[in-house]
Order: sequence, then structure tokens, then C-alpha cells
Amino acid sequence: MRLTPEEEAMLRGDAGPALRRAMEIVVALGRIYGAEDLVAVAHAQVAGVSYKNLGQAGLEFLQQWAAEGARVRVPTTLNPAGMDLAQWRALGVSAEFARQQGLVIDAYLAMGIAPTLTCAPYAVGHRPRRGEHLAWSESSAVSFANSLLGARTNREGGPSALAAALTGRTPRSGLHLDQARRATHLVEVRCPLSSEADFGALGYLVGRRVRNGVPYFRFLGPTPDLSLGPGSAGEELLRGLGAALAASGAVALYHVEGVTPEAGEEGILPAAAERVTVADLAEGYAALNGPLDAVDMVTIGCPHASLAQLAEIARQVAGQRLRAALWVTTARAIRDEAAALGHVAAIEAAGGRVVADTCMVVAPVEELGLRALATNSAKAAFYAPSHSGVSARFGALAQCLDAARTGRWGG
Amino acid sequence: MGQTLRGRVIRAGRASGWALVSAEPVGFLGGVDPETGIVVEAGHPLAGECVAGRVLVFPTGKGSTVGSYTLYRLARAGLAPAAIVNAESEPIVAVGAIISDIPMVDQIEIGQLRTGDWVELDGEVLVVERPGLL
Repeated sequence: MRLTPEEEAMLRGDAGPALRRAMEIVVALGRIYGAEDLVAVAHAQVAGVSYKNLGQAGLEFLQQWAAEGARVRVPTTLNPAGMDLAQWRALGVSAEFARQQGLVIDAYLAMGIAPTLTCAPYAVGHRPRRGEHLAWSESSAVSFANSLLGARTNREGGPSALAAALTGRTPRSGLHLDQARRATHLVEVRCPLSSEADFGALGYLVGRRVRNGVPYFRFLGPTPDLSLGPGSAGEELLRGLGAALAASGAVALYHVEGVTPEAGEEGILPAAAERVTVADLAEGYAALNGPLDAVDMVTIGCPHASLAQLAEIARQVAGQRLRAALWVTTARAIRDEAAALGHVAAIEAAGGRVVADTCMVVAPVEELGLRALATNSAKAAFYAPSHSGVSARFGALAQCLDAARTGRWGG
Repeated sequence: MGQTLRGRVIRAGRASGWALVSAEPVGFLGGVDPETGIVVEAGHPLAGECVAGRVLVFPTGKGSTVGSYTLYRLARAGLAPAAIVNAESEPIVAVGAIISDIPMVDQIEIGQLRTGDWVELDGEVLVVERPGLL
């Protein structure tokens, strides 16, 4: 692999042990992936923040790296933690977990990383430009950046994204190259798509089928307006598709005909792409719905809820009394904006909560004593049974809020 | 004089130890107990074996990315393998070896190694001595 003199110096340890170790990781991964050289990244998103997933070993590693003087060289943001840093006690998180979680965040802060604690760095932190190289390690954000913005990032692991943040480099391989951005599958969708849950169910089905491929979607049935742009309805619907594709499969990039930035490029849909037809979403809904009708908790915000979603939820629950717990998870900065507009107060008056810094995929949900949760996120429904031992119900937002009112799925 | 094999360096270093060979991939998170170094994955060919101080030989890694940190935890407890030899490395074990200072090579034909071989690793060079075989 070709390295620049500056990269060689980092690898030799001229700038200290922390940077040497980081460059060792980047170079070793480059060799494994067959990269010819490294590429400079504009931004890094680091996963591996929740103490639930890191454990004591991960914490000790981060502390050692910080103590060796590790400091990021490019703007870097953090994935959600295992708890809301302000409301953790009220949300049932143990003091021991909170203490360890705080130490994890302290280690990242010492490295110069912004504690955004959100899986939506494109909304809070850094909205990438087309063609920009990134080292992102949150699978739904990777999908968003590649697919909806035309930026370039592989699915980095937690330590590899951190190594990229410290060196400012990542191997020039995979989705950093044009070749890997071409479609492997042509997915013709013949059924109508309306809610975010429909797009999630579709993502679940297709992710399972194409695994780590690059699907090119052709929507043949009626769909809502999918025009893209910051905060647009199309962006909200498609990010749910991408999150599900990345959860049931390992899809890091997809194209939507007539919608996403690279879908119209010459050669993006090779003749050899495998054809897949989706005529019905029922199988996806069936796989993501567990057997329990009683719902203890409704959770919205996977990926983290936008301001528009918070406004919509506030409108739908205003003046009501919810029977099941309702958690809407979002970024701290979005929660603050929603609070200023009165949305947080409206949701709390109905008995719900707007939870920042964390989400149901990384929180220690098993400590909360839940049996069944309902969600409009295919990704959350997919992970709930395996990560948290909780049965899931999955449907559109209105159906989820109905369950919050009655405590039961389907009335 | 033993047999000499050459691989590709993932983490440079020198180490020696008795080989512990698995024909199946190894996953560290949930697969190896970080407090004892014993392989605990049910049905795994190495189940019940302790990886501490061994030259651990397996085709490739598998499982959760958090497995990198399990290797780190083993190393902190003095229970890490002396070295890791893979047929084809993947990121989880590679990153784990780097952050834990465990010498590692890949692109080795691991079928040539058996549990109980004495293995000396120096950079990309692996020297294998088989007791009783002259």
C-alpha cells in the first residue's frame, strides 16, 4: 500500500503511541480490504458509545487511548449512549450503569469528540456534501450519507472509525471507489408504499435478500412524494428504508430511480444486476410483529426523530392520556428545539417522554422490566428481541400511538 | 529444523507457543470468556480449551464488532493468545490484535498446522516444529 510521508511518520510513531496505534489499525484494514492507498476523510462518526455494548473492556481501552494523548484530527461526532444524560434516573437507569456510561463519554471528550450522541449526524453535526469522503460507523447514517446525499463511506466499525478520526484517513476501498457504488440488484416494487412503516418493512425484506449488495429500487406502485432535501418527507421515509436495509442486511448504499443523487448516473444499473420483485409487504410485517398484544411501551425515533416528527407526535397526543409508556428518542439539540416550540410539553402532558442521547437499540432495556414494545421502526423491531429480549409490535405511527392510548396492539 | 511458512503481517511482533488450531471461525464476544480465556461457545471445536498463551490458529473471525474489545480485555487480564494466525483476516480480530498488542499474521495455509505444534512467529515468518517429527 502507498503511504504519504506524513502517513509513514504516523505509522512509525513520530507523533506518539496513540497515533501510531490508530495508523496501524487503518493500514491493517487497508491491507485486508486490498486498498492501494488511504483517503482523507472530512468527518467521522464513532459508534461504540453505549456502555451496554462496550463493557468494561471497551471503556478501559478508550481510557488508555485518551491517556496516551489520542486527539481527533477531523470533526468527529458520537453515536447514541446507553442513557439520557439528563433524565437517566427518572428513566430507570441504575446509578452503576450511569457512572460507567459517564466515564465512556469523558474518554471521548478527552479525545476532542463532540458528544452529539445521535445516530443522525446528518441532522446534528455534519451534513455531508456529495462526493465527500467520510468514516461513519452508524449503519443507518452510513446508508443515509451514501444513498441520499451521495457522500462516500464504508460501514466502519467503532474502533476503525475512531482510528480514522485520529489519523484523518481511511482505506480507499469499497464505497470510496466508483466501482462498488453500482447496483447489484434491481428491486421492482409493485405494491403501494405509504407510511414510514411500509418503507421499513420493504427494507427489512430486501436487506434479508440482498445482504451486503447495492439495491436499485424502481417503485412501480403509488408512493408519496419522495423529493429529497433537509427535513423533507421523502428523506424521512427513505431513511427508514435505509435503516431497515442496514439492519436485516448489511446494505450501506441503495439507489431509488428518479430520486437519489446517483441513480441517474451512467452505468449505475449494470445489465447483470439480479432482478428482485416485491409484490407484497405482508411477510415483512409478519416477521417484525411478535405474538403479544399487550404493549408496555411505544418507542418512536429509530433513527432519532426529526423536529417534524416530534411536531406530528405532539399534535396527535395533545390533550390525551396515554396508558402505555411512550418514549420518543431524539438528539439533544432537536429536543431543545422541540421544547422551545412546546412539543415536548405536549407529549409530556399526555404522559409520554422525549428522551435524548440514547435509543432503544443501545439502552439497557432489559433493566426496565418491559415485555413488549411497539414501534414504527423496522430496525428497532428487528433488534428488540435479540438485543433486549423484548417482544415487538411494528406498524405505522398512528397505529403505534393508538397502542400508547389503549395499551394494546390493534385496539 | 522446522517447517517455515510466510504470511502477511497484521500486527508485527515476535511470539512463540503451542498451537491451538480450530478449523472453524472464532468469535470472541460471547465465544471466549474474558475472565478465564476459555472458549465457551457451545458446539465449537475449541469449546473448553483455554486460549491464554497459545498460538491461536483459525480460518477467520466472526460475530460482533465488540469482539475486538474482548481480545483487549483478555490481554489486560494476561489471558490473551501469544499470537494469532488466520487464513484470511477480517476487521474484528485484526483490530482486536492491534489494540491488544498481539502479534498476528494471515494468509497462512492453516491446514498445515496442528494443535500441539510448537510455533515461533517473527514478523511474517512462522516456524513450525512438530514434536516427534524429525
